[in-house]
Amino acid sequence: MSLQVKNLRVYYQTLRGDVQALEGATFTVADREIMGLAGESGCGKTTLGHSLIRLTPPMRFVEGSVTLNNQELPIWDMERMNVFRFKEISIIPQYAMNAMNPTRKIGKMTEELLRSRQVDFRATLPELKRRLDLVKLSHDVLNMYPIELSGGMKQRMVMVLSTLLDPSLVIADEITSALDVSSQKAVAEMLVEFRNQGCCKSAIVITHDISILYQIADSIMVMYAGQLAEKASTGVIIHTPRHPYTKLLISSLPKVGVKHAEKRLTGIPGSPPLLLNPPVGCRFRERCPAALDQCVEEPPFIEIEKDHFVACWKVFEENAQA
Amino acid sequence: MLKLDNISKVYKVGTFGGKELRAVSNVSFNVKDGEVVSLIGESGSGKTTIGKMILRLIPISSGTISFNGIDISTLSGSALKQYYRNVQGVFQDPFSSYNPIFKADRVFRIIREEFFPEIEGREWNNKVENSLKAVGLNPGDVLDKFPHQLSGGQLQRFLIARALLLDIQFLVADEIISMLDASTRIDVLNLLADLKSRGLSILFITHDLALGYYISERAVMLYQGCVVETGSTERIYDHPLHPYTKMLMASVPRLDKKWEEIEVELKAKHSELTGGCVYYARCPVADKDGGCARDRPTLIEVERDHFVACIRCRDQRNSVSD
Repeated sequence: MSLQVKNLRVYYQTLRGDVQALEGATFTVADREIMGLAGESGCGKTTLGHSLIRLTPPMRFVEGSVTLNNQELPIWDMERMNVFRFKEISIIPQYAMNAMNPTRKIGKMTEELLRSRQVDFRATLPELKRRLDLVKLSHDVLNMYPIELSGGMKQRMVMVLSTLLDPSLVIADEITSALDVSSQKAVAEMLVEFRNQGCCKSAIVITHDISILYQIADSIMVMYAGQLAEKASTGVIIHTPRHPYTKLLISSLPKVGVKHAEKRLTGIPGSPPLLLNPPVGCRFRERCPAALDQCVEEPPFIEIEKDHFVACWKVFEENAQA
Repeated sequence: MLKLDNISKVYKVGTFGGKELRAVSNVSFNVKDGEVVSLIGESGSGKTTIGKMILRLIPISSGTISFNGIDISTLSGSALKQYYRNVQGVFQDPFSSYNPIFKADRVFRIIREEFFPEIEGREWNNKVENSLKAVGLNPGDVLDKFPHQLSGGQLQRFLIARALLLDIQFLVADEIISMLDASTRIDVLNLLADLKSRGLSILFITHDLALGYYISERAVMLYQGCVVETGSTERIYDHPLHPYTKMLMASVPRLDKKWEEIEVELKAKHSELTGGCVYYARCPVADKDGGCARDRPTLIEVERDHFVACIRCRDQRNSVSD
């Protein structure tokens, strides 16, 4: 078991009270697993990703435990997390466009970055060059400034940098959303290649684009308004989802080959609840077509089949009948 | 209705404008009444530039755009105002289209002051409410709010409602749903489709092929400012002929099929355009000794209403017909 998260609760502090952005997340990511994390904007997926590596105010750790390779991560303590950051757990940030220091050449910046972790740049250079080859960047980029690279090139450079010290877990936060379809495909496939080559053990890919996850992820976890809704292997989530939210989400995606005149897709009516003072119980209740009376209680996130976790009373009821 | 005839746009770049960047070169297509045409291409392919030229936000370097037979670059004064009554645009980022200091419905007030100074208050309010209802918004929920109090989908529909206040016949929709969540995305798309059935023509600018297929009848594929393929969406999606279109189709992440094993050549920097095919550097089937490097291919009709600009395709077709 590479990563185990138990009952993680992270709130944002605001003047008007706590925003309950992440409410009791419990899940595991196995070794060599690429787990996709999907959901609407504001559902807490980035909060979850960031809380695993850099939990800064206004984020506030409430409770929960995170274990990476049988070692508990002190995620509430910025100082003590320094040992793990970049070496054990690393992030490929959203907006790679702004992730690199514009005043340093990329090689120089890498050197400084490695020095801050007491790693020798010269000794790492051959490996760095090998990885640049892997992402099809020329070695000359080390002598360039970030402004000289295109968006896709920057994204690939940041990928190389983030995984340079072979971390156990990489969090890829919306790495493909700013790219063109063709660069998107290349970057996503490179992430899989990195995993296969052992540059990182496992990865959490955060995105709102489920079709990308279908291509690269081994499993998908769907979040809604700060709560986990469903987690299962990729095929199960796409073809036989159980949670009503996942079902609606998948069916609202336009596919190539679907025309408006022939088949009218529908969105999910309503909007997610405000997390400042969220309703008790299942947070999808208001928009859910299958809501029961029981939904005012919060459904637990339990395994209904092997490796298939769902938090929905309706599904539990169906399972009990079957 | 709208006709683009051989238009080009050249930007002056570099110190003292010493260099030229051809953003759009010799693009011709037309949009008929009540038709949705999607303009598809990667970033930097000139899609937005074309949209801006249609909206007269930037001047055209050469060629003419005519709307109902009138050359739009000659319009001024009241004729231009009349043009804007008929043609409006909605852009990608709904958040930056508003001034955060003022309430969101200020965009309606500006329309009133500019175009309808004679209309009375009550009548105007009715008009606004009808137009908001037409885009699926409840006037009570959204009027008198600041932009940050509304969601991205609401803001985007607000802008479409603003365009509907005028008697528009043509809408330039520039990536209007790429910023929205999957669940609200489809609602805005359905809205466009409904408007289309009421006779509105739309130029739908996108890089997402599935969305383009969902609502439009015809597609124009753009690469580095040149049209590489155009025709009915069914023909282009089912039988793409240009190698660039084929590559794009293969790299779209889909939910029904895993990525095909097509090698994706990464986009090089904006290369110096020589006389040859614009796609020459990335093309997997380019003829190194043949005409690809030498001659710029022109659009030829390969079958009814399906035009391709590729020498290789013409060769292939000849060999098939032989």
